[in-house]
Amino acid sequence: MTVLPTRRDEAFRYADIDALASVWSDLSPPQTIEIAAQQSLQQIWLPSGEDVQVRRVDLTLQAGASARIFALNAAARYGRIELDVTLHDAADFTFDAANIGGGSATLEIVTTVRHVEPSATSRQTVRSVLGGKATGSYLGKVAVSRGAEGTDSEQSVKAMLLDRGATANAKPELEIYADDVKCAHGATVGELDRNQLFYAAARGLDPASARALLLEGFVGGLWDGILGDDQGIADAARAALKAVVR
Amino acid sequence: MLTIENLHATVGGKPILNGLTLTVPTGEVHAIMGPNGAGKSTLAYVLGGRPGYEVTDGSATFDGVDLFALEPHERAAAGLFLGFQYPVEIPGVSYLQFLRESLNAQRRGRGEAELSGAEFIKLARAQAATLGMDAEMLKRPVNVGFSGGEKKRAEMVQMGIMAPKLAILDETDSGLDIDALKAVGAGINSIMRSPDKSVLLITHYQRLLDYVRPDRVHVLSGGRIVRSGGAELAQELEREGYAEVAA
Repeated sequence: MTVLPTRRDEAFRYADIDALASVWSDLSPPQTIEIAAQQSLQQIWLPSGEDVQVRRVDLTLQAGASARIFALNAAARYGRIELDVTLHDAADFTFDAANIGGGSATLEIVTTVRHVEPSATSRQTVRSVLGGKATGSYLGKVAVSRGAEGTDSEQSVKAMLLDRGATANAKPELEIYADDVKCAHGATVGELDRNQLFYAAARGLDPASARALLLEGFVGGLWDGILGDDQGIADAARAALKAVVR
Repeated sequence: MLTIENLHATVGGKPILNGLTLTVPTGEVHAIMGPNGAGKSTLAYVLGGRPGYEVTDGSATFDGVDLFALEPHERAAAGLFLGFQYPVEIPGVSYLQFLRESLNAQRRGRGEAELSGAEFIKLARAQAATLGMDAEMLKRPVNVGFSGGEKKRAEMVQMGIMAPKLAILDETDSGLDIDALKAVGAGINSIMRSPDKSVLLITHYQRLLDYVRPDRVHVLSGGRIVRSGGAELAQELEREGYAEVAA
């Protein structure tokens, strides 16, 4: 077992090291998933219900493979998702995730997406809703190797802060060694729109319900791409929102 | 239904309403007309309870209740509907969900049973049909991608669904072409023309009043009602202009 990281490690810059230490000795190595050429995979990652939850996955997509991952990161104390993705020729990866937390929760999503061959696509969409003194982070690196022409990648990161003590960190990072690539990234941090809140109030919604509904709209689009049964992720996200709004 | 006495209100510390007095009896439609900057929208927002619109003096009584003692959502539950001049877009939330949750929140506030999904959809379809709006539009996010006219029609569909006692409609006619204007006018008449309901129509132009005939017309200028009269006052204003009539 390697040594416990410190916050000097870039990937753990915003981590709750004490919480991490509490599970470190039990932490299994990252789960390895390989998707064969032309095959596809969908996974829905729900919170385990534990106060501290660390999920680590190394995902490799062979030529023409596709993967859709939907994740709700909402542990009460510390939730961390580490995802390392390698994309071969024309592979297609989408990741839709939410950090939802209040109190003193630390929630982080750390991804590395490696475009190692041409024409692969990756789309990452992360929405965070943070109340109390919670911290939500997204550290996302997209690395485009030499020769990976025609890469198309996108990172969209938005956070909503409900209380003054809440913090959002967003760090999309690009490392590009190929020409002819498209790598878009955007990050915003905001609070609920006053006009929307008053409109909802004028129609009869009390402040807590109005906030919950607007936040549901903010997060809800993440699950639109799920094929078939959503395994309860939309309901779980709604419940997590209700708890944050109070 | 609505009694406003000596209402003073400020926005950002600036006085906008300066002693406005007005009574709208049950069963009547009153129009408030006035030039730009007279305080028309401020009046609507003050009655709706918008944050930032501060009442500094005076009172408003709605159905025997002190309106200013109620939060905005409580005013809605008490039967007040505010039609917005600029309806707000809410991405990610469908009209059906927005209205169902709003209506049920109102019903909870009144101690009434909530409507089931099926009951609500039936009601929403019927009201959309009344206003000549495709009910499919209600599956879309609130006002997102709606034209100006569609937004105003949607406001009227909302009014039909909420079935308020008092509607305060802030420039509902602005930005409407003639067909939409007719539809909105007919909607107001069918939803609100009733012996137990009242309407306060706030408008800059007389044209909506061709379709919704007011019982009384009031001229708002400088934050006060400076003249009141019958429906004919609207024509006089249209003919002679505010400067002449409000002087």
